[in-house]
Amino acid sequence: MKKYVIPAAAGLVALLLLAAAFAPWIAPYDPTLTELASRLQPPSAGHWLGTDHLGRDMLSRIIWGARASFGAVAMILVLVLTFGCSVGMVAGLAGGVVDAVLMRICDAFMTVPTLVLALFMIGALGTGITNVVVAIALSHWAWYARLVRGVTLSLRQRDHIAAARIAGLSRLAIARRHLLPALAGPLAVLASLDLGHWLLHVAGLSFLGLGLAPPAAEWGIMINDARPFFRSAPLLVLLPGAAILLTVLGCNLLGDALRDRLDPGMPDHLH
Amino acid sequence: MMQLEGVHHAYRQGGIFSRSRRHPVLQGATLSIGAGECVALLGPTGSGKSTLGRLVLGLERPDAGAITFDGAPLTDPRGRMAPETRRAIQAVFQDPQAATSPRFTGYEVVAEPLTVQGEASRDRVAALLAEVDLPAELLDRPAHRMSGGQLQRLCIARALATRPRLVVLDEAVNSLDLETQAKIMALLKRLRAQHGMAFLFVTHDLRLLRGFADRSYVMQDRRPVEVESPFGPGPLPPVLQALRDAILPEMPRPRLPARRAVG
Repeated sequence: MKKYVIPAAAGLVALLLLAAAFAPWIAPYDPTLTELASRLQPPSAGHWLGTDHLGRDMLSRIIWGARASFGAVAMILVLVLTFGCSVGMVAGLAGGVVDAVLMRICDAFMTVPTLVLALFMIGALGTGITNVVVAIALSHWAWYARLVRGVTLSLRQRDHIAAARIAGLSRLAIARRHLLPALAGPLAVLASLDLGHWLLHVAGLSFLGLGLAPPAAEWGIMINDARPFFRSAPLLVLLPGAAILLTVLGCNLLGDALRDRLDPGMPDHLH
Repeated sequence: MMQLEGVHHAYRQGGIFSRSRRHPVLQGATLSIGAGECVALLGPTGSGKSTLGRLVLGLERPDAGAITFDGAPLTDPRGRMAPETRRAIQAVFQDPQAATSPRFTGYEVVAEPLTVQGEASRDRVAALLAEVDLPAELLDRPAHRMSGGQLQRLCIARALATRPRLVVLDEAVNSLDLETQAKIMALLKRLRAQHGMAFLFVTHDLRLLRGFADRSYVMQDRRPVEVESPFGPGPLPPVLQALRDAILPEMPRPRLPARRAVG
């Protein structure tokens, strides 16, 4: 069973990533091109997945939607990793008061629910994908900082770090040569398991009209746009919904597989 | 060359917000190592001998007292060492697996001290490997695929890379089997004869000292006490007596007079 699930998940995620990367070349139509003459059409040779209430090509909008979602998630990932790694390493290496203060700040951020922070930021700073990305990153970096600090603390006691110090390496060089390689595995697992959550958050906030704004092609916006036509054209809701579902599922399965691969110590029945 | 004067060191227990207790490890420790001298530091586990080694290496700073190298303070007030001093004092640790990053190749392990000043080259590292009797093919082998003895030789090569004047051997042969132990000891002896560097040989195993150490200290009540001849007769510090008693006899013999089983 597992033998087929993991390659399937990897293939699915790879396919979506390719679609996101090459959206301008793959998509058969401009995702925002309205053609009121051919609105709400069922799938046909001209429009493989039909058209929406403004006559826009659904396939093109789904493909561009992948670009929007993965773009937002990639930005979140960069923010979370940069911030989490720097804070975690500084806390782990410095120890003492610095560590204690940074970890209490982390604790504070870990209590903030993503949605509340996002709504607060959007209320204060206005709608926009930037605010959504920053809000999600702010409510998630603390977990990464804690993970990085934990690994750093456990490594700091090891003699090869002491040997590197005796070799005369600077703190930065030690972090780059000895800490980052050891952190790559655990960080990849945590991040791939979080990707799905972030995708859902981005889609959910866009659905509420708080992230990307129409007419941009984004899965959450598409579902919201299609709500009035659900009875006559259920595909308009189901297609972007399926896209979200498959993407989140693919990310989570991939994260699970990655964890199994990098943490072989865990017995099989616990996976 | 290396001088410790009245050094105090303590580790803190407990967190930042809880009442912290300081657990003293060294109190008034005084020790000296001359140029080219092999000084042994004996003591049971937990006696602070490894802490003393870390202080000599500049990995930690003393709470009180002075550590000087060539008459100058070992570290500046912020705990940093001058690059020449850093290169002059190197170390070999007890567990070679822990002392090498499992992601490194043999070359990367040995070249690490040389990369700091951009002096690393394959020729230079291969020459260092030859010095510790390792074949050049280990240059490209990952560290986690070497045996304990090979890894420890690799660590010795790394310690030699900067041509140090003092090498701290912190239980450097104690995780190896007896045969490898003997070979590594012979290698260390030979290297010292060749290069004339000083050793601080930290161990709990008294047997290793015979014919190796010029002078010996034993950790007694959180400070090193110099002993004239650890194997000779005469009054010994109680800790040394205990270490001597802990040496296993070459042939097992009954400790108590044999008692005949009844019934």
